Amino acid sequence: MRDRITAFLVLLPSLVAVAIFVYGFIGQNLWVSLTDWGKNPAQALALRPELRFVGLDNYRELFTGFVDMRFRQSAVNLIFFTLFFMAGSLGLGLLLAIALDRGPRGEGFFRTVFLFPMALSFVVTGTIWRWLLQPQGGVNVLPTLFGLPPLAFPWLTTRQQALVFDWNLLPFYTALVVGLVLLYVAWRAHREGERGRRFWSLLSGGVLLLWAFTLGRSTQLLPYPEPHGFSLALVGVILAAVWQMSGYTMALYLAGLRGIPVEVLEAAKVDGASEWQTYRHVILPLLAPITLSAMIVLGHIALKIFDLIFAMAGLDYAPTDVPAIYMYLLAFRGNQFAKGAAIGILLLLLVAVVVIPYLASQLRKEVRR
Amino acid sequence: MIGRLLLYAFLLLATLFFLLPVYLVVLTALKEPAKITLDTVWQWPDPVYWESFRIAWEAFRPKFQNSLVLAVSATLLSAMVGALNGYVLAKWPFRGSNLLFALMLFGMFIPYQSILIPLFQFVKAIGLYGTLFGLILVHVVYGIPIVTLIFKNYYSEIPDELVEAARIDGAGFFGVFRHVILPLSAPAFVVVAIWQFTQIWNEFLFAVTLTRPESQPITVALAQLAGGEAVKWNLPMAGAILAALPTLLVYIFLGRYFLRGLLAGSVKG
Repeated sequence: MRDRITAFLVLLPSLVAVAIFVYGFIGQNLWVSLTDWGKNPAQALALRPELRFVGLDNYRELFTGFVDMRFRQSAVNLIFFTLFFMAGSLGLGLLLAIALDRGPRGEGFFRTVFLFPMALSFVVTGTIWRWLLQPQGGVNVLPTLFGLPPLAFPWLTTRQQALVFDWNLLPFYTALVVGLVLLYVAWRAHREGERGRRFWSLLSGGVLLLWAFTLGRSTQLLPYPEPHGFSLALVGVILAAVWQMSGYTMALYLAGLRGIPVEVLEAAKVDGASEWQTYRHVILPLLAPITLSAMIVLGHIALKIFDLIFAMAGLDYAPTDVPAIYMYLLAFRGNQFAKGAAIGILLLLLVAVVVIPYLASQLRKEVRR
Repeated sequence: MIGRLLLYAFLLLATLFFLLPVYLVVLTALKEPAKITLDTVWQWPDPVYWESFRIAWEAFRPKFQNSLVLAVSATLLSAMVGALNGYVLAKWPFRGSNLLFALMLFGMFIPYQSILIPLFQFVKAIGLYGTLFGLILVHVVYGIPIVTLIFKNYYSEIPDELVEAARIDGAGFFGVFRHVILPLSAPAFVVVAIWQFTQIWNEFLFAVTLTRPESQPITVALAQLAGGEAVKWNLPMAGAILAALPTLLVYIFLGRYFLRGLLAGSVKG
């Protein structure tokens, strides 16, 4: 009995620390995000600032306020960064893994080379790529070594945007994408014969799409159109991030490829499948769970990306802005703590959307085992 | 045959993609500042200018030392905390301990932006803002979930019979830990040490928020040096090499364990 008490007492400090530093601080951050901290200049100087409860005002301002246009661009940047970073890392990682799985000579060497950026800090990666992406140097003059003309893309310094859309259409696009995903889920459920899931996803997807094409098109977040798009300055950041992380996806995929039983591949061969067909219909479906967990990990990294952009472009450069950067800028350079806290809560919610379903599915797997 | 050729061509291209940046970093760091011009960036320096490493080392040495003190002490502390926590959760479970463990794990998934402002206030209020000690504390606390997870998983594999036998022989809570568990723990300690060391060495967000110039780790100093305008690029490049070297050495010499930690803690915040 004494030992049991000792055991509990040994664990207790950690429990208390996590309770305060994780749960307590999230609670406090939530409270700060509902106050006016930073609105009143007197608060900045006060040791114990007097805070007034303002409800969801900070959140409303971020999405619809006149001054926070920069936050909205940072949110759009985050969406595009996450998409292209995930696609790039998964694609390159898969190609590298397939190449290494075919047993080239010097496999160990290649594996070490592809994986080493993982050991670096994002700050180091950012510093290196900032130099590589100088508009008149680095990557751009590489072709001149072979007598070709230099590249003209100005990388980080460009202010161009692609895929521009009006912020007011965001609810429409969100509903459209989620609705289509739900329809896809319904179609999958239909093929697998899961009627309950088919019904609910069909219903919710249908309602969402109906809303999108009726009310969704006419919702006005702002009284004026506000264009936002994929800031092309991010291309360089995405390149650096893919350079750093594709070795990781390669390692995951390689482990997956090595885990496929030889009998399965033999069976495909006996059935007369070509190599391409084997990849398309046998190997890739078997790798799907790995893709899912890699997506979770990469999405998690993308949502809170901060150090890479800090090192490549600094805090004050709007074209490569993401919410984590803008949050830091608001809170620690501008004393706008309440709004910074609101962005922190939004990031937490985004991560929760990504991670909780994943954890739930892992947990279900554990239980089944 | 053509397939083989394509395979090697692809691998060669990929190798260039991964190694050309390294090549450029090294050759820029070895150039005399006046000779760094944009149109000759890819030319090997002639003569090699080792001076920039000396200058960079002098400039970065205090920060390098900060990083070293920070990463080593936070790693040691969190490995000890993790070993004890994992031991309790794996071998002395009590009612509700699984739930508490799950609640603890949640801490490893949160984006740290969501606790940064209260953390900043807290560290300031207890008088540790701007000190290395404050940063060590923060890293140990936010490391608790991942190190506890790794040790708990590892200790779950140790048969309960070993613990039982030691208890029949009269060993108590700490006796079992010292004589049965600890001698078997080396692999877990290696994985945790490598993971925490690289994480803490490379970390930036806490470091930039909670330190003053005299307590800055090398990542913060490097980001600020490269961020300044009109820099001589040989210095940040030499600095990048210094900042990368410790974790790279860990990766090269302990790669197997490095990968294991990577796969164990891949979703950490």
